[in-house]
Amino acid sequence: MTDQPIKFYQTGTFTVGNRLLSPEQRSVQSNMRRTNSLNSGHRACQGCGEALGARYAIDAAMEATERRLIAANATGCLEVFSTPYPETSWQIPWIHSLFGNAAAVGTGIAAALRVRGQTDVRVIAQGGDGGTTDIGFACLSGMFERNDDVLYICYDNGGYMNTGVQRSSATPPAARTSTTMPVGKGTGSAFGMGKFVPAIAMAHEIPYVATATVADLRGLEAKIRRAMEFRGARYVHILVPCPLGWGHASEQTIRIARLARETGLFPEFEAESGNVTGVTRIRRQLPVEEYLRPQHRFAHLFRDPPRADLIAQIQALADRNICRYGLLARQEAER
Amino acid sequence: MKRKPFAITLDPGSSLANHTGTWRTLRPEYVDNLPPCNDACPAGENIQGWLYLAESGEYEAAWRRLTDDNPLPAVMGRVCYHPCETACNRAKLDSAVGINSVERFLGDEALRLGWKFRAPVESSGKNVLVVGAGPSGLSAAYHLARLGHRVTIREAGPLAGGMMRFGIPKYRMPRNILDAEIARILALGITLLTNARVDNKLEAMRDGSFDAAFLAVGAHVARRAYIPAGSAARVLDAVSVLKGMEGEEPAKLGRRVIVYGGGNTAVDVARTAKRLGATEAIIVYRRTREKMPAHDSEVEEALQEGILIKWLSTIRKANDRSITIEKMTLDEKGQAQPTGEVEELAADSLVLALGQDVDLSLLEGVPGLEVVDGVVKVGADMMTGHAGIFAGGDMVPAERTVTVAVGHGKQAARHIDAWLRGRRHVPASRHELATFERLNTWYYSDAPKSVAPVLDMLRRQSTFEEVVGGLDESTARYEARRCLSCGNCFECDNCYGVCPDNAIVKLGPGQRYQINLDYCKGCGLCEAECPCGAIRMVPEEI
Repeated sequence: MTDQPIKFYQTGTFTVGNRLLSPEQRSVQSNMRRTNSLNSGHRACQGCGEALGARYAIDAAMEATERRLIAANATGCLEVFSTPYPETSWQIPWIHSLFGNAAAVGTGIAAALRVRGQTDVRVIAQGGDGGTTDIGFACLSGMFERNDDVLYICYDNGGYMNTGVQRSSATPPAARTSTTMPVGKGTGSAFGMGKFVPAIAMAHEIPYVATATVADLRGLEAKIRRAMEFRGARYVHILVPCPLGWGHASEQTIRIARLARETGLFPEFEAESGNVTGVTRIRRQLPVEEYLRPQHRFAHLFRDPPRADLIAQIQALADRNICRYGLLARQEAER
Repeated sequence: MKRKPFAITLDPGSSLANHTGTWRTLRPEYVDNLPPCNDACPAGENIQGWLYLAESGEYEAAWRRLTDDNPLPAVMGRVCYHPCETACNRAKLDSAVGINSVERFLGDEALRLGWKFRAPVESSGKNVLVVGAGPSGLSAAYHLARLGHRVTIREAGPLAGGMMRFGIPKYRMPRNILDAEIARILALGITLLTNARVDNKLEAMRDGSFDAAFLAVGAHVARRAYIPAGSAARVLDAVSVLKGMEGEEPAKLGRRVIVYGGGNTAVDVARTAKRLGATEAIIVYRRTREKMPAHDSEVEEALQEGILIKWLSTIRKANDRSITIEKMTLDEKGQAQPTGEVEELAADSLVLALGQDVDLSLLEGVPGLEVVDGVVKVGADMMTGHAGIFAGGDMVPAERTVTVAVGHGKQAARHIDAWLRGRRHVPASRHELATFERLNTWYYSDAPKSVAPVLDMLRRQSTFEEVVGGLDESTARYEARRCLSCGNCFECDNCYGVCPDNAIVKLGPGQRYQINLDYCKGCGLCEAECPCGAIRMVPEEI
């Protein structure tokens, strides 16, 4: 994947573009003719990670499918900020139906295309973590088990952000949301709850599952491209920091996503038919405090006295990920 | 009117109608900040600029950018003490970019492929006299010629080069390289008169009907110190020893050579003595290594070659076959004080390297000229107290290095040019410094510094072959690519990529970017993720 530099190119593939690379090695986002599938003028907050992740993913999918793409969208921030009636920011065929049925609408579109014999047009269903891990979960699992020819993309910002930051089943432990206030001895969002949908998707043994963040554009684009090489149900889960809900400065969006990976809290990997086939390793490992401290949703961990016990529990979660997915680079990969 | 679906009353529109730029309280702006290497370069090179071109293999363009400021890259790539590398931000990441070795590569490449300077477009019709063909004089002549003036250099010595030839030994500065770079400067149409010492400045000006003059006679007079010496004691000075190396016969120094002094010249003489066959070459210096004015890299190389250094010692007496040294100690103010404890060192010769003075006799009778501490006072425009006479290099108050001298030559040429045209040269204001803190170093690949090849020790101790080798093409390019491009956009597309609002417009290769303020919400992601700190956020006026 991205961690095998053969020649030295100043910034290698870390930056979006690189004038020293040959054109075929360059990212979709560096192209002057990228599709800008999610156009300017949308009403996402300043520094929105989801708007960024959606453009990264859909532009890459457009490139991979020669611009033959239809998207179904669940209710959520992405839908609300992109399509206030009668405007739309989408520059692709795009449909919104309900909060919980994006996967089912995707299935329907795929079925219609199959009936019409149109194999060149590909289908994406997408939504936030609320519409995916909670409300749309049954439709999603159904789409997986039937192996419908749809790529489902979940933009995970860890909560219901456009309705006022309520907890979802993707909200991390100890995070403060409006429904998990750390009152008294409370911890914020409870430990031992929630679910990691990429692992559940893998359990369906669908052709392709991947996780990505907005901090690693090359990895994200490679995964979307790879997903489009398969037929059948595919799932890509993208971590998209939310300046509003996470309480960090708007310019910190990418840095926070990077810290999520570098601490081990968010593992970036690929899996085919239920087996992990690739892992993006940690480049410079950091303790979880580095990730937690800039986010106001974890501010209660750093009051006087700090909640060292909770920070240690979160570190244990990171260490478990590092061990489970093999996130630390071996010596030779480090060079 | 087209029939609309049920319950739909408005035509579908694009969100482009929604100018989200109105949300903004901070506005991103592209800046070009001053990279620390450029800031530190005494010759005023645009180092980041030429490294940028070298990164993509455009070596000739890089060389042209480099020689806009410095006509001697192959020389500079060998003898410069590279303050740029000391200032380099990459040192805080792993180690400084090997700027000096890339410069040398470009200089050597230019000589190998015969690149020539472009001649000036039009002539000004003015005549300028340059006195002295050292680095400062050559640099001034080069810049003046490129600005369209007719230049005559008068050099007292038999060959051009000044201290580059008569002060820096061959193992650091091969003469064929020096000759080639000088010849390329002279090919701009500059007249060089050698063995043409100027005895009287004003007469020389009048005779040649020169409109202006640049003086750069250097500092060639060895400073002496009184040391009681026996009748058969052999006491020489460093300047004549090094100069003698260029003549028919090198000075006879014997098997055991003592050098007195702590500057680069002392180190040069000791290393030269070693190569001439001395079994022992000892530098005697009255203070400590930290206080030694010689550059650390040279001291290090000398020690590697087996040169011994006696710290905290002064020379009391030169006897016929030995010298007497006295131990010193540092007092609480850090000053060296004698202890009275003496030691005898066997010695065939003693070389004094105690500094050099300027021979100012040619300036006698020039009105308005001011001499302070043996050097000529000049203004910020490099002009002496006498209108039309400028000076630079070792004869004016400054650090005495080739690089400083080249810088003086450039500055003086610009002021002379303006003065001849009845204008004033106002140097461009300096941009804000591109500090390490403004970089986002995550984006740079990890890459340790490449090491230039070094001659093996036996040949270093016995021959005058060049000690430090050059980089090959791929290594030089690698080294150039280690540049972080501090404070100057290198078109990495990060801002274009990370904007959630597509508010950055990419203008194409070499054209950089523009910000579409109709949609920029001022989130600051572009600034935070710019690797090199070429974007800043400024408050909007509300």
